[in-house]
Amino acid sequence: MTDKHLSTQFDSELSGISTRVLEMGGLVESQVAQAVYALTNFSDETASQVLVLEETVNALEVGIDRDLSSIIARRQPTARDLRLLIAISKTIGNLERVGDEAARIARTVQRLINTGVSSRLRLPVTDLKFESELAVAQLRKALDAFARLDVDKALEVLKQDDQIDQEFEGLMRKLITFMMEDPRTISSSIDLVFVAKAIERVGDHAKNLAEQIIYIVKGTDVRHNSVEEVETLVR
Amino acid sequence: MTQEKIKISVKNLNFYYGKFLALKNINLELPERKVTAFIGPSGCGKSTLLRTFNRMFELYPEQRAEGEILLDGENILNSKQDVSLMRAKVGMVFQKPTPFPMSIYDNIAFGVKLFETLPRVEMDERVEWALKKAALWNEVKDKLGQSGSGLSGGQQQRLCIARGIAIKPEVLLLDEPCSALDPISTGKIEELIHELKDDYTVLIVTHNMQQAARSSDYTAYMYLGDLVEFGPTSELFMKPKKKDTEDYITGRFG
Repeated sequence: MTDKHLSTQFDSELSGISTRVLEMGGLVESQVAQAVYALTNFSDETASQVLVLEETVNALEVGIDRDLSSIIARRQPTARDLRLLIAISKTIGNLERVGDEAARIARTVQRLINTGVSSRLRLPVTDLKFESELAVAQLRKALDAFARLDVDKALEVLKQDDQIDQEFEGLMRKLITFMMEDPRTISSSIDLVFVAKAIERVGDHAKNLAEQIIYIVKGTDVRHNSVEEVETLVR
Repeated sequence: MTQEKIKISVKNLNFYYGKFLALKNINLELPERKVTAFIGPSGCGKSTLLRTFNRMFELYPEQRAEGEILLDGENILNSKQDVSLMRAKVGMVFQKPTPFPMSIYDNIAFGVKLFETLPRVEMDERVEWALKKAALWNEVKDKLGQSGSGLSGGQQQRLCIARGIAIKPEVLLLDEPCSALDPISTGKIEELIHELKDDYTVLIVTHNMQQAARSSDYTAYMYLGDLVEFGPTSELFMKPKKKDTEDYITGRFG
């Protein structure tokens, strides 16, 4: 039994589209990393770089969707080929939104920079660093799992999602305390809440990617289940 | 699957062309009033299997079937069964349209006359009913006296289907009914198959996988005389149980 289609054209179309998904994943991953760098170092330049990439990311989403529609129309794919294409369509939607979150963080950084030095220096920006490292790691792991269609790795991503949620809640508490201590920081603190939320959403999107990988490999839709339920469904 | 009422139950069916074992220990339960498609590469035995259901093979001395095929619980391979009566229950339509060399009306009436004696008025009604069921009535109602061979390929095939259902069978066997037809005629016949299943159990052999995927409720995948997998069509085409099935339907063959 072979893994190649009778049609080499079909094979190259599928691998071509998978490669572009990974390319898009790499781009948004770097957007998130850069956005966090911009935040922790108050770098307007890095923030701008994040925003410049937006157009490329959006164009990739549109292009990949167009190509996969074409493959579906022309090849009438079934079983795991069809599942791959359906999953890709959802995956690129998630990746595009990751890019949006990174852009949101970058714009917030630019706004914070414009509000002036003194309020900036007292914000607990470095606390966000740990949450963002978790999120970027989750995204990287999910993209890795997609490249290898690795269900075990996808399951790890699902299990570790809780950590980010906990970090986010901790950050919320810190920021609330900060705002109560000094009401002049409320405006900037609220900006940071949004940033923390954006990072938490990046983690959620990584989780969605992991669910899609399980769908491709196992043919089971595990969305909206607890981690324990997913493990049962997969084994 | 267990909720469906079973029309035909195949038990340990082995089929021989002379010494060659063409069907290997087939066990299968075909649900009533559903469309079941048989797919598989050339030589897999799907047409052979279809032709056991109305004992077509008995026309050829070197072909024989061992095992049981239960139609409504009765074994049709039991030689005590009256073949003609059984064939009234199980109708067949072939790949190449085969209208009789007679008028459209007589094409339909011919089979009916073999089993029933109907007065003219009732025969007219039966012919009209069958042609309406086959979605052919409007196209031929003004030329029932004309020869069946004057119709287009798609119309001839629908005539054959009308002929098949005129005797009110319970099961319809369709052996690649659309292979010789253009896409529009094919589409009309697939629409027809969808309506027919309200009243009949339909078994269709097709080498067109998309047709099987579109028109059937259940699909059986066969390979070299074996039944590899059988299940609801939507499941088989989304998440087949066997890798062999997936390799075939995704075109990873060879």
